[in-house]
Amino acid sequence: MPNALIITTAGINCDRELAYAFELAGASAEFIHLNRLLVSPQLIDRFELIGLPGGFSYGDAIAAGRIAAVLMRRRLYRALADAIERGVPIIAPCNGFQIAVQMGILPGPAGDEPWPSTPPRPTIALAHNDTGRFVDRWCGVVVPPETRCVWTHGLTADDPSAMLPVAHGEGQFVTSSPRSLGRLERSGQIALRYRPGDNPNGSVGDVAGICDASGLVLGLMPHPERFTRWNQHPQWTRLHGPSVAGHPLGLAMFRQAVAWAAEAAAV
Amino acid sequence: MYLIHGDLSEQHVRQLAEELLADPVLETATIGAAPPTSDTLIEVHPLPGVMDPDAEAVELAIRAMLGAHVEVRTARRYDLHGTDASTARLVAERCLANTVIHSIHDQPYHPEAFVAGSPHDLCIVSVPLSELDDAALVKLSRKAHFFLSLDEMKSIQAEYRRLGSDPREIELETIAQTWSEHCVHKTLKSTIRYQEQITDAQSPRIPIRGRPGHEINPDGSITIHNLFKSTIVAATEQLIADGVDWCPSVFVDNAGVIAFDDDHAVCFKVETHNHPSAIEPYGGAATGIGGCIRDIIGTGLAAKPIAATDVFCVAYPDHWSQSPRRARRRLPAQVRQLPNGCLHPRRILTEVVAGVRDYGNRMGIPTLNGAVWFDDDYVGNPLVFCGCIGVMQRKKISGDPQPGDRIVVIGGRTGRDGIHGATFSSAQLTDTHADEFSHAVQIGNAVTEKKLLDAILEARDHPQGCLFHAITDCGAGGFSSAVGEMGRHLGAEVHLDRAPLKYEGLSPTEIWISEAQERMVLAVPPRNVDQLRAICNLHEAEMCELGQFGTDGQELILRYEGREVGRLSMNFLHEGLPQLTREATWNPPVSRGLDSPPLAAGDRPNSIADTLLRLLAHPNIASKRWIIRQYDHEVQGGSIIKPLVGPEGDGPSDAAVILPLLDSTRGLAIANGLATGLRDDPYLMALAAIDECVRNLVCVGADPSRIALLDNFCWPSCDDPRNLGALVRAAEACYDGALAYRAPFISGKDSLNNQFTTSDGKTIEIPPTLLISGIGTVPDVSRCVTMDAKESGNLLLVVGCPASSAIGGSHFEMLSGDSEAGHSPLPAVDLNVAPRIARLVAGLINDGLVSSAHDCSEGGLLVAAAEMTIASGLGLQLDLADLPAEDDPPLEHRCFCEQPARYLLEIRPDDLAEVSSRLHDLPGAVIGTFNSSSRLTLAGDQLDVSVKELQAAWLGTLDW
Repeated sequence: MPNALIITTAGINCDRELAYAFELAGASAEFIHLNRLLVSPQLIDRFELIGLPGGFSYGDAIAAGRIAAVLMRRRLYRALADAIERGVPIIAPCNGFQIAVQMGILPGPAGDEPWPSTPPRPTIALAHNDTGRFVDRWCGVVVPPETRCVWTHGLTADDPSAMLPVAHGEGQFVTSSPRSLGRLERSGQIALRYRPGDNPNGSVGDVAGICDASGLVLGLMPHPERFTRWNQHPQWTRLHGPSVAGHPLGLAMFRQAVAWAAEAAAV
Repeated sequence: MYLIHGDLSEQHVRQLAEELLADPVLETATIGAAPPTSDTLIEVHPLPGVMDPDAEAVELAIRAMLGAHVEVRTARRYDLHGTDASTARLVAERCLANTVIHSIHDQPYHPEAFVAGSPHDLCIVSVPLSELDDAALVKLSRKAHFFLSLDEMKSIQAEYRRLGSDPREIELETIAQTWSEHCVHKTLKSTIRYQEQITDAQSPRIPIRGRPGHEINPDGSITIHNLFKSTIVAATEQLIADGVDWCPSVFVDNAGVIAFDDDHAVCFKVETHNHPSAIEPYGGAATGIGGCIRDIIGTGLAAKPIAATDVFCVAYPDHWSQSPRRARRRLPAQVRQLPNGCLHPRRILTEVVAGVRDYGNRMGIPTLNGAVWFDDDYVGNPLVFCGCIGVMQRKKISGDPQPGDRIVVIGGRTGRDGIHGATFSSAQLTDTHADEFSHAVQIGNAVTEKKLLDAILEARDHPQGCLFHAITDCGAGGFSSAVGEMGRHLGAEVHLDRAPLKYEGLSPTEIWISEAQERMVLAVPPRNVDQLRAICNLHEAEMCELGQFGTDGQELILRYEGREVGRLSMNFLHEGLPQLTREATWNPPVSRGLDSPPLAAGDRPNSIADTLLRLLAHPNIASKRWIIRQYDHEVQGGSIIKPLVGPEGDGPSDAAVILPLLDSTRGLAIANGLATGLRDDPYLMALAAIDECVRNLVCVGADPSRIALLDNFCWPSCDDPRNLGALVRAAEACYDGALAYRAPFISGKDSLNNQFTTSDGKTIEIPPTLLISGIGTVPDVSRCVTMDAKESGNLLLVVGCPASSAIGGSHFEMLSGDSEAGHSPLPAVDLNVAPRIARLVAGLINDGLVSSAHDCSEGGLLVAAAEMTIASGLGLQLDLADLPAEDDPPLEHRCFCEQPARYLLEIRPDDLAEVSSRLHDLPGAVIGTFNSSSRLTLAGDQLDVSVKELQAAWLGTLDW
């Protein structure tokens, strides 16, 4: 059974449900506090999956995820880059996504390039929502058919029950230039989009989540770990028959990555 | 803006600006003050000593980046275009800053150094109490902010005369905190002589005979020994004696605990934070929820918080103006001048919502149930109720300190903030309170609390067993209450100089009574201290050993740098409070005084449709989506029924349901009831609130035989016998209601001095307000239903007490302001029928016979039916000819009376026969059919309005 590392730190608060989602998908999960990892980054080496949970790390002081990202850039970036090169799928919902882009592991190097030895300068950001306030709601989502993301590739897109919850104040996906958005699109690094008209925060191109060039690292503002049972869906009391067959979208993502990790371990 | 004080090179400063403080994609950084881009600029800085949570985090990051120890303060700058300096100042005071906690500058403010404290020079002050006469005792009590009565001051005097000494300041302070209304609830526990003069048949007499703790005197008055014990607690005790076997810990801990399943218990507590929220709503509300969360962490051997609730009572935002008189000519007639010393109700509501949002979301606790009630008498004294629910193992629902246990404090540092919060909350607000009590107001730091929560749960679940014997929170009264309470049977020795301080200069008394936030006190066996410290270090939760439990003679001994600064007998502290006898009277008002003047004929609603649209737009009824969506109500992943339901997420859920344990199918429903409209008889008001809470829980699928209730009384001053009489009636209703529904109260809280005295000496009393909060077990969450109508062709069934012309206190009455207003009778809950209806509805839901269920409350039946269409987008054709009704009320009353104990149920036509047979003798009728027309219509062309129009009215009012 693949083993998932859940990295917690001050203010992280979606760690339990993230671990539970991994467990439902067939992995085991273990929590390690960032303060331990900063001292012993090699602890990462024994895991086959990694989760950077959501929350308000360090109270989101300065900006969402900033302090945790600054700490991890200095001491953990290299160990995480090694893990990615080793083939470890990483999921980073919400605050995890905000940390990942500022730490330098997303969007990552272009397909044919190695991971740089020091963290690159961020080229994307998650700005304040265009409404100027925190929002909790469910949004319709679409998986771009061309995505190379290990977590989302091939998952359904047309079903009206394909929704995920968002809960954030700083989730507006912004790139440093229109060119970099185009580059992400062309390289299949857009892992998830909000359904047109259902974009909760003004993200450019309705982008809800992206992955690195290997497809292993998924950062996204929605919370797939909050949709692992049908009765978490906001309309579950109205859904019948085929729309509730199969796995809820969130769980399906975890199952796909856990299966990938299990296969990689077998090889 | 970040002000950084420390020894940093220019290169380091640049590095911090670029790598830490500014986002390379979104922002640019300026070092030094940027030149103004406009006519005026405003800078808002926290006052010295005010909590600055971001600053702490920035200091930590700078330490990690550069190894440098620096001091940081954050501030905000606004460049205002098109305003002059005086307008900018006004904007700053009204919108951008609160001068209780902020300073406002119109130039860049770069101090040479931050204000720092200086070491405290110990001087032990004795208070010459023995010589004081009555007048001097009263004066001392008020001046020192003890807010103790003359009788209480005299018993302290007598005790110290007996001891042959004068009290030291710290001892008096300890007694004042411990005896404060806030901490000991002395009014509810006092002996009350109650008289009622009821001539009006509409105001029911309370059936006194046979009630525990009640005596009928020869003159017809009633003596009640300890009102709280004789009503609310008595009902729970009777229910436990009568087989309610799922209440393992009630009224004794920081929260009430009920059994959830074989291995787990859940606990629930609701607190108020009214006075701080009147002065600084953001910080007041945030520290309110923060304190209530700590109550849950401090229950038993620590519960894990899993849900939060919030209820606010404020004045109508549109009724109050801050403009100069000459500018108000064009405003509507009901608009009044905002009294001096009050914040505008719109500002209060916006900021309390922000406070709950920022604290609750950061803690990772879903906020998923609440309400807002508007009444202009809350203008100077808004109410902020914060609730929290926790889950724990049943074997960890209690803990007791042992002699020799170390007194350990985990969490935030102690500062001068929050001094006298307990006594302040027990006082009455006046227009000068913002100045006099600014030190009682605080800003919370949610991350500090989250870190202590993480550390405490890890210590609780330690592989070698729980590392502590007992835990409680530092709330009102600070260390003095927490240590005093934990050590009441053992005694305690405390070294006050060991408490980590935010800044130097605090006296031992200030350390002892400071209510600085985010601190918990634990009783830890000495052998476990090192393990606990290692856990705290990992989580960056500060920990200190303050002393030890257990002294010879059960004394409280306070030391500072080795010297004794105070010594008190635990017995006097906890048992010495004189038992008072208070007078209470009840004369029902002959004509109930309505707040607003009668409306001109042209202002009254002129049709059923007009009334319905106005009711849907009434702030009490209108959608609270604006608030709900700002709260994370899904964190922790346990969500089953959300606060907003339906295909577009627009429908108002009656209650929320969560899974306390993710791997179980057993759920917990959470709801509240508030019936302040019936304030003219608090007995009926309280019963209606209990009934509403039960209905809300039943509507989502809770088992009515497993509902537990909480009471929160917020009352105007009970020194007035009429207000105390109103309180007696409400408490008696809690007794009757709890027994009738077999729904025990498990915890509660009261706040009894909620009134505001204006600068011209007028006192505005709040309406007597009783919030009933409830939790109910849902045996199988797959049976839950929501309130949005599901399918065209389904029938709408009303079940419950007959409609009537008792429209007193209804929103229809408020709206119509007709000549009958104030004379209509108040509706009463029929306690013989209402609990049966609840059980019937629960049975129908559990057996899958109900597609949607909605409680019929504010605005009455037509509003509830309209909400079912708003939530679903379906149309509904109504015919109220068969509506169960008493005395053939007119159509308006059928539509809008707020008769309690009624439910609207959507059922499939095929199930009608089965449902009808189960109704048996209970009142119920089919009153409509859902259709796909997207219009709400009433037979006889009395109403035909589109669901879109209903939605617009309902969503528009509070779309802030």
